[in-house]
Amino acid sequence: MLYNVFVDPFVQMADMPDLLVQVLWEGTVAGVLYALIALGFVLIFKASGVFNFAQGIMVVFAALTLVGLHEKGVPALLALAITVGVMYALAWSIERVVLRPLVNQPDIILFMATFGITYLIIGLGEFIFGGRPKAMITDQLFLPRGAIDVHMLGGRVTFQKLDIAAAVIAGLMVLLLAVFFQKTRIGRALRAVADSHKAALSVGISLNQIWVVVWFTAGLVALVTGIMWGARSDVSFGLQIIALKALPVLILGGFTSVPGAIIGGLIIGIGEKMGEFYWGPLVGGGIESWLAYLIALIFLLFRPQGLFGDKIIERI
Amino acid sequence: MFYREAGQFKTSYQDDMAVFPIRQDRIGVAIILAAACAIPPFLDNFVVGTVLVPFLVFSLAAVGLNLLTGYTGLLSLGTGAFMGVGAYACYKLTTIFPGVNILVWILVSGFFAAAIGVVFGLPSLRIKGFYLAVATLAAQFFLEWCFVRIPWLFNYNISGAIEVPNRSLFGIPVVGPNATPLTRYYAILAIVVALTWIASNIVRGRIGRMWMAVRDMDIAAELMGIRLLRAKLLAFAVSSYFCGVAGAVMMFLWYGGGEAKDAFSINLSFTILFMVIIGGLGSLTGAFFGAALLHLVPIFLKFGLPALGFPIGGATAEHLTHIIIGALIVFFLIVEPHGLARLWATAKQKLRLWPFPY
Repeated sequence: MLYNVFVDPFVQMADMPDLLVQVLWEGTVAGVLYALIALGFVLIFKASGVFNFAQGIMVVFAALTLVGLHEKGVPALLALAITVGVMYALAWSIERVVLRPLVNQPDIILFMATFGITYLIIGLGEFIFGGRPKAMITDQLFLPRGAIDVHMLGGRVTFQKLDIAAAVIAGLMVLLLAVFFQKTRIGRALRAVADSHKAALSVGISLNQIWVVVWFTAGLVALVTGIMWGARSDVSFGLQIIALKALPVLILGGFTSVPGAIIGGLIIGIGEKMGEFYWGPLVGGGIESWLAYLIALIFLLFRPQGLFGDKIIERI
Repeated sequence: MFYREAGQFKTSYQDDMAVFPIRQDRIGVAIILAAACAIPPFLDNFVVGTVLVPFLVFSLAAVGLNLLTGYTGLLSLGTGAFMGVGAYACYKLTTIFPGVNILVWILVSGFFAAAIGVVFGLPSLRIKGFYLAVATLAAQFFLEWCFVRIPWLFNYNISGAIEVPNRSLFGIPVVGPNATPLTRYYAILAIVVALTWIASNIVRGRIGRMWMAVRDMDIAAELMGIRLLRAKLLAFAVSSYFCGVAGAVMMFLWYGGGEAKDAFSINLSFTILFMVIIGGLGSLTGAFFGAALLHLVPIFLKFGLPALGFPIGGATAEHLTHIIIGALIVFFLIVEPHGLARLWATAKQKLRLWPFPY
């Protein structure tokens, strides 16, 4: 038993390094996609202190809008542009209808409000586009298909082109966001709001405007995530389950840290795939569903604010 | 005009600490209880089975979660799994010891849920808020996995489902295919009333005050001499006990068996949490209000509207339900962020002065 847990998996890894590389790659891709969802959470949490449960459904809604518009005969790129517009409208209406009346309420109330938004969007999405899964319009968006086989380490490792594209796009996205936060006027205002609402208000930054921008940015991140996840599987409401997968990533990286979301995503993605592949069979498989939470929990016991989160200072 | 406590003097400390210090409240509760006992026999079996029974089950679970989230301030998303523990514990107990009364086992199975709850409550000593909520998700997913992967739990059934056996009390079948919705309703009513009474006494006593001190600020509570370890774990234990009993009741007296994997999923955890927050954190009455709102609205949309002559199909009804529930949650939060219980309290305050403006 001890041998099976502590020795055998490593022997397997050493025996078949090509398989190990494959598992690591799968983990990395999954991790990047988790990180993208977590990024959406972090953006909103940083700027408004709202734990946005609706991020997962925003991913689905964005992808669904895109595919649904295309089904109705809109050209792919135009559909993309319209979807961006829809995400802006969504951000604006959430700010106007939900956030503004609830300003200054306890966190849990705002959290609950995002649950309400989740239900609303689920209902709206099903109402408009129907509940059936749809295929993502991969070709029309110029996303590559097929796979590259690389012979290495005495075996064959398969890289899906789509996965490579996902990793590259995610990397670009993070880079763009970093530039946006550091260099632009609005980005600086965003960081100011994240630091302190009151101080930001006192130097003349409009909170309402910032919130719209933040929710819109999170909507864009959701759109990219939706395209990527949709291309890997289907566009369906089942996708919102992956939003729950982003939660351990969040607590691992810290709610307030963008790099934390990325690194947390990678740790969870790789840890999950390795655990499932090498240790999963010992207990009958399917441990992917909770392993991520266990990893996050163990990290949390040592660092309660996550790896990169702001230090929690408590005063009486 | 009639809801006024003028002339009711509290002459002892006990009077002052009573659950219902105002006579009109006592009368009101007595009327509600009497109605709950007397009216259901005249109702349709369908109404009893799909409206009243689930409402009571949800209320019990919401009361349990409210003890943890509302009174102690610990956010938990593992409610569904703790309910599942109760259901499976009850199933194992009643198949191993078929001679003992099922109601005893339903109440005992809560202790198993309490034990599991304490184990998963341990992280709460170190982490707080949303971090804790995510940590309790670990409990949810791990236990859900156990329910599927450990065949011993469901007695190696091929279907993997809990098969509810026939059990009777005083010769009347209470549990199983032979039990009528009405008997099951009365069994649940008895359990819910008893446990709610216990809960209301816990929260206004020493333990409840300890919990509320921890909720308001745990460091300050610790400085005042409250042992956080004990207070928090006790909250997890008591809350999980209630949830476990609710789970056992749900499986044995409502579902009558079935695939527990789907029943005790993460969605159930979320639903119960909604009920607690919409109803009002830190209010037992609120738990009932929340359960009523979130359970009755979908049922009304599904069965009530077609009956009133608004023909809406099954799928459309479901979509509409989502939209309306979502809108209602947002609406109630904007109108009264402290939940339906606060609305109720405000209404009572107004009633006290009515018909005068002040």
